Amino acid sequence: MEIKREPLTDLRVRQLKARDMLRGNLPDEDLERYVEERVLTTTVDRAVAWAQGNSLYPLTFGLACCAMEQIHIVAARVDIARFGFEAFRASPRQADLIILSGRVSIKMAPVIRRIWDQMLEPKWAISMGACCSSMGVFNNYALVPADKFMPIAVHVPGCPPRPEALMHGILKLRDKIQGNAPDGWRERYDADGTEEVLPNGDAQASADISIFKAGDTAGA
Amino acid sequence: MTLTGSGDTEPQTTLTEDYRKREESITLSSSPAGTGETHELLTLNIGPHHPSTHGVLRLLATLEGEVVRDIKPIVGYVHTGIEKTAEDKAYWKVIPVVERMDYLGYYFNAMAFCGAVETLLGLEVPLRAQYLRVIHLELNRIASHLVWLGTSALDIGAISMFWYCFRERELILDLFEMSSGQRMHTRYFQVGGVMEDIPRGFEEKLRQFLKIMPPRADQYADLFEKNQILLERLRGTGIVDRQTLIELNVTGPLLRAAGDPWDLRKAHPYSSYDKFDFKIPVGTVGDNYDRFRVRHAEIYQSVKIIEQAIDGLPEGEHITPDRKVALPPRHELATSMEALIHHFKLVTEGFRVPPGEAYYPIEGPRGELGCFVRSDGSAKPARVHMRDPSFVNLQALAPMVKDSYIADLIATLAMLDPILGGIDR
Amino acid sequence: MPDATELELTAQELRDADSESVLDTEFYRGRAVLVANPTKIRAVLEHLRGKGYTFLASLHGVDYYPDEPRLGVLYEMLDRTRVDRIAVKARVSTDHARIESVVDMFPGANFPEREVYDMFGVVFDGHPDMRRILMPEDYEGHPQRRDFPVGGEPVLFTYNEEQSYGKYV
Repeated sequence: MEIKREPLTDLRVRQLKARDMLRGNLPDEDLERYVEERVLTTTVDRAVAWAQGNSLYPLTFGLACCAMEQIHIVAARVDIARFGFEAFRASPRQADLIILSGRVSIKMAPVIRRIWDQMLEPKWAISMGACCSSMGVFNNYALVPADKFMPIAVHVPGCPPRPEALMHGILKLRDKIQGNAPDGWRERYDADGTEEVLPNGDAQASADISIFKAGDTAGA
Repeated sequence: MTLTGSGDTEPQTTLTEDYRKREESITLSSSPAGTGETHELLTLNIGPHHPSTHGVLRLLATLEGEVVRDIKPIVGYVHTGIEKTAEDKAYWKVIPVVERMDYLGYYFNAMAFCGAVETLLGLEVPLRAQYLRVIHLELNRIASHLVWLGTSALDIGAISMFWYCFRERELILDLFEMSSGQRMHTRYFQVGGVMEDIPRGFEEKLRQFLKIMPPRADQYADLFEKNQILLERLRGTGIVDRQTLIELNVTGPLLRAAGDPWDLRKAHPYSSYDKFDFKIPVGTVGDNYDRFRVRHAEIYQSVKIIEQAIDGLPEGEHITPDRKVALPPRHELATSMEALIHHFKLVTEGFRVPPGEAYYPIEGPRGELGCFVRSDGSAKPARVHMRDPSFVNLQALAPMVKDSYIADLIATLAMLDPILGGIDR
Repeated sequence: MPDATELELTAQELRDADSESVLDTEFYRGRAVLVANPTKIRAVLEHLRGKGYTFLASLHGVDYYPDEPRLGVLYEMLDRTRVDRIAVKARVSTDHARIESVVDMFPGANFPEREVYDMFGVVFDGHPDMRRILMPEDYEGHPQRRDFPVGGEPVLFTYNEEQSYGKYV
């Protein structure tokens, strides 16, 4: 007779894992991963992180075209107020999320850094769009990728990203804050082991066969 | 501060000394502070990060109490080197780069550039493509004015207007997504026409939009027409007379609000604008309220133009049949060898433009948007310069806000409608 | 646009007034260009303003590398009553990149002249505020010149991954 089992829910899987851990039954790697996944060890930490994630105060900060799509998440169709993030503060001292929406020029970079420094911990930054994450459409003398001068938590690709995409990015940040960091794509697609790691000493050989040398950025 | 002519700057005074000297150019109103009845000038820095500077505009305001005596805009905080990047790319690939300049009027940037290249090539744009261009340009004008209206009302304090304006803008962006697949920076305009013909269902959706837009614009008018605070803040503030504006080379709704009916769509029609019947709203006094009204009225006129364009949309091609400039349709690639070769050449190298220079001005939502293209015979332009209206209009800010309050400065800046992407390029 | 004959007549008038003021005329695809002597640019613009071209639509620079003289300053003039455009081109070399400012004649030329100085290095004599406008004040170099590199970040592959700026902490 076959016992019909319900597919294991997420909660059940976690319960079983917790039971194995408590009994000392988890193999070593699994135990390490178990601990890593639970960076916020205490319930108070988790509660605080849950609250922080659900009450982000973004900073009114729009640089260029991406700012237009950022304004759209405040508008009615993609309503950021559904998640509680509609309190955009003008002063960096009162905000905890800065969304770099647009291209960061070399004249603006020190200003942004100053604003970032003025924000109080805990604070997060989202780099919205292609121009501040990488150089975007413009790979030239006038722009600086935001990673060069401040730590970015989430990069949202797009030129400009749709308001839904930016909302997705903000929600991913919320997950990160609350301790459920999103799995990398390798785990999602079961692609462990596909990392390109060159054995030592082979970097030069790989560079020799590559026809594009470093710094060769002439646009097509 | 003397400058050598070799192009390198070696300031012989420090920046502080130089700045103090420039501060002296403003006359002090009276004796130094502390005597109780006199004031001293205060220099206040507004921006570049400020909620109401419409982008990263930095203003050095010299204040006497609450009254602005002088204002110096400092720009360059979103300078992207678009013109330099454009020199590095084939003509086809310059279009997305140049579109991101004035980021609210992206079709206008592309239109100016494509127009300049078409002038250099001596290319004829088919009539259907011209009408489609007009439809998208006017939709973009409405969208730009809606953003202006929403954010200006936000600055002045009438916050609820914001949501109404963006509700309509979502509809327009849906239309753009329908015709080209992208909401903003669509690369829809190509040299010689438009990228693709409009899909089925576009016309119905467009007509639905055109039916609801005038009543919605009436709703906006209802929101502000009887609002005493808005009227008091905008009426009589920021007045500059027409002659000063012309001397400052201001164009667009700012000039029209001062009473000058200068509109390039009527004066020097391009892309079959002469086939449409529309009016140009013109103001009388030239204060902020007139600017507000002129832009609001332009929304109705744009709706009228789009209606005429979609009613009279001719049959034909959506891009020039010259295969040396425009990509052949994909089904031809399977049958025709020449089409394959043209496709290959266009995608790898791009078309070559005979050497020459062209300046193509169009009427953008903020004024005269002109594109200067110099070609040297190769597949990449040798110089692309966009004459941006906001860049030149910003010079008019100083006379507009002189001797008015800071609150009037904010309102005037909102009515000026600067787009920093265009100013800084 | 003035047609070719009108352009030649205008050039002839200017040459009658001052024989060195106009160096050349160009007429291509309906656009009339007067190539003026940079030392006489104010007289040329004043004459055109008298003829009705009262609106300076655009002032911008071009780098004609490798043709000498390298740096060109273009003035797009507009006559609003006849809806007519004419362009004036003044070319200076990089060794002596100076030209007279027209800010007192056309106050709207303030920012554009600063931009030409910033991007090309052409100094406008008589400009009230000759500073960089788009680049930072202490920037060295004039970006829009043809021999200025485009710059940018290197594209990252596996072999140069160490240069990745994502390592900021």
